[in-house]
Amino acid sequence: MEESEPKHYLYRGIVFVMLFVTWFILSGFNDGFHLTLGIISCGLVTWMSSDLLFEHRDASVFARLRQMGRLLAYLCWLVWQIFLANLHLLKLSFSPRSALQPHILRYESNLETDFERFLLANSITLTPGTVTIKIIGNMYYIHAISDISAQGLDGEMERRIRHIFETSPSRKTSEA
Amino acid sequence: MIITILSVLLIGAGTVFFLGAAVGLVRFPDFYTRTHAAGKGDTLSSLLVILGYCVYQLKDFESFGESWPILLVILKLLGISVFILITSPTSTHALMDAGWEDKVEPTIQEGHPNHLNDDSGKF
Amino acid sequence: MTFEYFSIGVGLAVLIFMLPAMWRLTVGPTALDRIVAVNVIGTKTAVLLVIIGVIFGRVEMFVDFALAYALLNFTGSLAAARFLHKTKRPAVEPEKEFPTESSRTES
Repeated sequence: MEESEPKHYLYRGIVFVMLFVTWFILSGFNDGFHLTLGIISCGLVTWMSSDLLFEHRDASVFARLRQMGRLLAYLCWLVWQIFLANLHLLKLSFSPRSALQPHILRYESNLETDFERFLLANSITLTPGTVTIKIIGNMYYIHAISDISAQGLDGEMERRIRHIFETSPSRKTSEA
Repeated sequence: MIITILSVLLIGAGTVFFLGAAVGLVRFPDFYTRTHAAGKGDTLSSLLVILGYCVYQLKDFESFGESWPILLVILKLLGISVFILITSPTSTHALMDAGWEDKVEPTIQEGHPNHLNDDSGKF
Repeated sequence: MTFEYFSIGVGLAVLIFMLPAMWRLTVGPTALDRIVAVNVIGTKTAVLLVIIGVIFGRVEMFVDFALAYALLNFTGSLAAARFLHKTKRPAVEPEKEFPTESSRTES
């Protein structure tokens, strides 16, 4: 318990710095008056609601940074997949009606945290011709626009998302 | 010169995908497939167009001390694109969910499953 | 200078691609179709604001408008989806009282 206390303040500091960088980008003034206003408002927001941003605060900052890097790599892969999905959709838009085979599938995942589920649902929505309609527990109900797009749901995306977050618990146990 | 060519390429690709989304929105048969076209086509094409203008802003960038307002504009443009990347699938999902709850009938291809209809008694 | 003309062309193209969404907005069989069309028009407008900024040479001003418009578009479509979701619910209920195809054939 006494170990988590400094990390608590560390996370507050990270939240404050993120808010302040956003504030500076959006305002664009760097004279003293505006910077003071920014520091006051960011401090207020951090004090009131800093616990909303990070879920597991016991992870070390190094593991966090590693996750961030992997998340960026995943986003690059995802943008490429979105590009392929749009080519497929462009082809479908100009092909006759019989090229569409709309149907609804179920897909079971075993991701644990809410953020992972959110990431998987949004990734499914963005990639080849599939949109998540409902999530009930671990069951995803997915509307697929054609047979080709339904074949994209082979679990590779879930494996990649699991790969982003997998090391943080195992690292923690190995270090402790 | 290379910067201008790259941005023109990105913007042109974005415009082509806008066309795909617009045609899909008119031609597809039911609500769900139309939402597919709107949700996906718009995300990528607005991303590409905004990234293209982002690249174009780099043309006037000379040094970090002199031209930091340009850097701020680039960061804001990147912020818009990341925001669209996050929110567009979320609103697509919300609209689809509302459509299902409103009992908008999906067109299901002959011989293909509709698992959500099969399982709807369970919850 | 030629890039400005190119930008004007792209802006016009985006404006023209709004017309199918407009058509869907007037024709759309369900209310949700209309919300989807409004969402599409909103995203295109955010892009169009950036393009207008580049044409006028005032990107740093128009970027803020585009950001605000993207935010409002998202909250607007979410709120509309939730609102319709709630209000449409009772209107669907009476349909269950009509005799179905199978019960009619039995009697």
